[in-house]
Amino acid sequence: MASCASVLAGGGGLSMDWEVVIGLEVHAQLNTATKIFCGCPTAFGAEPNSHTCPVCLAMPGALPALNAAAVDKAIALGLAIGAELNRHSVFARKNYFYPDLPKGYQISQYELPVVGKGTLTVQLADGVEKVVGVTRAHLEEDAGKSLHEAFIGQSGIDLNRAGTPLLEIVSEPDMRSPAEAVAYLKKLHALVRYLDICDGNMQEGSFRCDANVSLRRPGAAYGTRAEIKNLNSFRFLEKAIEYEIIRQRDILESGGQIVQETRLYDANRDETRSMRSKEEANDYRYFPDPDLLPLVLDESRIERIRDILPELPDAKRTRFMSQYALTVYDAGVLTAGRFLADYYEQVAAGVDGKLAANWVMGDLLGALNKAGIEIEDCPVSAEKLRLLVQRIADQTISGKIAKEIFEEIFYRGGEVDAIIDGRGLRQITDVAAIAAMVDAIVTANPQQVADFRAGKDKLLGFFVGQVMKASQGKANPDQVNAILLERLQKS
Amino acid sequence: MELHEFSLRELRRGLQERDFSSVELTTTLLKRISALNPALNAFVTVTESKALAAAAAADARRAAGEDGPLLGIPMAHKDIFCTAGVRTTCASKMLEHFVAPYNATVVERLAAEGMVTLGKLNMDEFAMGSSNETSYFGPVRNPWHTDMVPGGSSGGSAAAVAAGLVPVATGTDTGGSIRQPAALCGITGIKPTYGRVSRYGMIAFASSLDQGGPMARNAEDCALMLNVMAAHDPRDSTSHPAAASDFLRGLDRPLQGLRVGVPEEFFGAGLDPEVAAAVQTGIAELVRQGATVQSIRLPNNPHAVSTYYVLAPAEASSNLARFDGVRYTHRAANPADLTDLYQQSRYEGFGAEVRRRILVGTYVLSAGYYDAYYRKAQQVRSLIREDFRRAFAEVDVIVGPTTPTPAFPLGAKNADPVAMYLADIYTIAVNLAGIPALSLPCGFTAAGLPIGMQLMGDYFADDLLLNVAHRYQQETQWHRARPSLQAGGA
Ligand SMILES: [Zn+2]
Repeated sequence: MASCASVLAGGGGLSMDWEVVIGLEVHAQLNTATKIFCGCPTAFGAEPNSHTCPVCLAMPGALPALNAAAVDKAIALGLAIGAELNRHSVFARKNYFYPDLPKGYQISQYELPVVGKGTLTVQLADGVEKVVGVTRAHLEEDAGKSLHEAFIGQSGIDLNRAGTPLLEIVSEPDMRSPAEAVAYLKKLHALVRYLDICDGNMQEGSFRCDANVSLRRPGAAYGTRAEIKNLNSFRFLEKAIEYEIIRQRDILESGGQIVQETRLYDANRDETRSMRSKEEANDYRYFPDPDLLPLVLDESRIERIRDILPELPDAKRTRFMSQYALTVYDAGVLTAGRFLADYYEQVAAGVDGKLAANWVMGDLLGALNKAGIEIEDCPVSAEKLRLLVQRIADQTISGKIAKEIFEEIFYRGGEVDAIIDGRGLRQITDVAAIAAMVDAIVTANPQQVADFRAGKDKLLGFFVGQVMKASQGKANPDQVNAILLERLQKS
Repeated sequence: MELHEFSLRELRRGLQERDFSSVELTTTLLKRISALNPALNAFVTVTESKALAAAAAADARRAAGEDGPLLGIPMAHKDIFCTAGVRTTCASKMLEHFVAPYNATVVERLAAEGMVTLGKLNMDEFAMGSSNETSYFGPVRNPWHTDMVPGGSSGGSAAAVAAGLVPVATGTDTGGSIRQPAALCGITGIKPTYGRVSRYGMIAFASSLDQGGPMARNAEDCALMLNVMAAHDPRDSTSHPAAASDFLRGLDRPLQGLRVGVPEEFFGAGLDPEVAAAVQTGIAELVRQGATVQSIRLPNNPHAVSTYYVLAPAEASSNLARFDGVRYTHRAANPADLTDLYQQSRYEGFGAEVRRRILVGTYVLSAGYYDAYYRKAQQVRSLIREDFRRAFAEVDVIVGPTTPTPAFPLGAKNADPVAMYLADIYTIAVNLAGIPALSLPCGFTAAGLPIGMQLMGDYFADDLLLNVAHRYQQETQWHRARPSLQAGGA
């Protein structure tokens, strides 16, 4: 309630408490090599209509044949969220006319989906965990795309995407703030990528979300909801729900009623707009698809998939905390994606886990973020970063020098040891050499020495800086500190 | 006997003996088609040059030492089977110019055996009709009496086989569309067990009921065709893994001890007395050969027609949605907007009966009506299946009339769709259950119109039906009768 109230307050003029109720429907494109009902490739970005055949073009007499790999990926999701897997599920036809829907119906699952009730536990910012119910997940096929550019007075249709497998994952209306909705979506996003069932590319639309939003008085029955369609980023989900809360609150508080409708989020204007009301909604005339037999799952198939399920984010986070002595926050960040988690584990192999975490989360993610690069495309391999951290741990270089080397290998490449040797960056740990540098600085700055001895402790930093500068950053800072303190206390 | 009257076995022998080549045979039949088709309108498309090329190829295969029961033998496909490079119209304006880039599995399989396709056969539009009068290309006429309908929807197939334009043809049967025209035209046709024959490339009317099958002049020819047509096809998910079989193997088994069930419901009001008498005589022949007869009940059969006219239109309304004016179909000129494009293209492209069934199907699937119609019809369908299950615990084959009347005059039932629907009153339950059934000639009316007898069997008892029909035809001559036809005249 607290987070919800704060959002409402942010919209101005909160006159009474409302609770927001949010449920999400997520469409995850399954990353199978071929489409769900034919053998055409699912690859993105090909020449329009080049990845088509009689089946996905809906030519007369063509019939669907189910792709078993899509079913296996649905089972994997079901197992990962502890869901009931329906041993008998049914494909249905959802009938409506649209040019990018070549059969005039979409094959989906309606009364009996392959995945039944499950749960997803999400971590909220305040460290609290929340269990969100998943109502169901069902298999269906994607539609094609209408192309309006490049045709004067006409539209083109590209059916490459038609028949791409989708898993629609429907949550219970369990979320109570935009932040919870975003946390759920992020968790689900991480999960599908962990499971390697969806590439998670939100910009290309392979992971997209509809949000059902309503308001109610706490404890009252659910209010009338609006469905916001096609939210393709976490930020848009958050903004759209925030906008919708204010819009609905304003209507309710001025005595109006919410209309059940479908709305579209316009990111440019940061608002939602009505698409169609319930009255205008299609009657989809669902009925079981007579071209496909009921989908029957046997135990051995389920067990085979359970056996090859990867370690899931929650289990990995717990393991990171104990194995690498990380905080819950650090472990959470590092296990948010499977690739990042694997990267971190390679860096942490043989060096201090906490030091490795600092480097991955600090310098590496910072640089990636600044450059706008995903971890998957990171120019510095995990092995290279591990070596760099290793060189700090074994005192070959100082942390400060390491940062310079990191910049070098991140932007220009090169080998860690070669850079260290080539530029003479090896840390100076020879006590006599450091003492000589310290003495020279002490001698050159009599006034500061007097001030320090008179109690200006802060001047220690000045001396350390001078020595480090004289050593071109190569002197071991701990040793510099120790020798400086010894020399400065001498009188 | 003339070449166009030969059975498949006789044709094969003639080809083996070099009495004639496939090219000669094909040429003979093409000539007969050009002489007789103007009166019958059985063919929508004749593919003369492709046929001659295929015949020459078959002759070359035979010259190279190959042989096979169908090698070099002409046939034609109901225009519901997609044929690569040859238009497939489903007898609709909607697909008047549609040329599929692929072959239906059935087309592929028969062509691989070396059969020579002479063309595409007329039918009721999208297989919706029982008289072949809903075709965009005009009605087919019954070779026995050209003022009469040939039955439907495979009317072109039945007429072409009866008239000797082809020895065999393919048909499809959703509610009787092979058996009813076979009965009305005096030929033999089998609707196999659902799942025997691949539906891939066969334009769907009602997917859970549609089944392709052979239409021929005797049971043995049907068996020879079904040997190739029946096969598991991974492209059709409803195709049965054990679809293939050797239907010749048991063809000659004696009928001694065969348990025949005669359903009371098939001999009630509405059955033409001449048809009833001919079928009873047919049953008596089975008894003469050693079968035992008992009366059985199919109590839910009276609900079959109404059940069918909920389920079949429901599936059709969805199956025909792809014909939307956007891609390969007829498209209205100058549509105002997208909705107008859909509405005008579909209004212009579909005939009245197809539109009627789409409307009915859309209605019964609508929110608020689904439970009352579609779901209820599925429940009745289960009861109809149960009727047959009980019956086949007691009998091996069920025998009755294929149709309530012989062929009726063109135009007689056009104004009354329900009267037309009742032409399928004895054939529809079989499709709802998915069991096999066969129609074979068992007599003629005083006016000289053929009468058909229907044999129904349990799931995958197709071979038994062919066996019973074959034994019957060994002892009777009805299937050998031929209509007298003169070129150019009706
Ligand atoms: Zn395809």
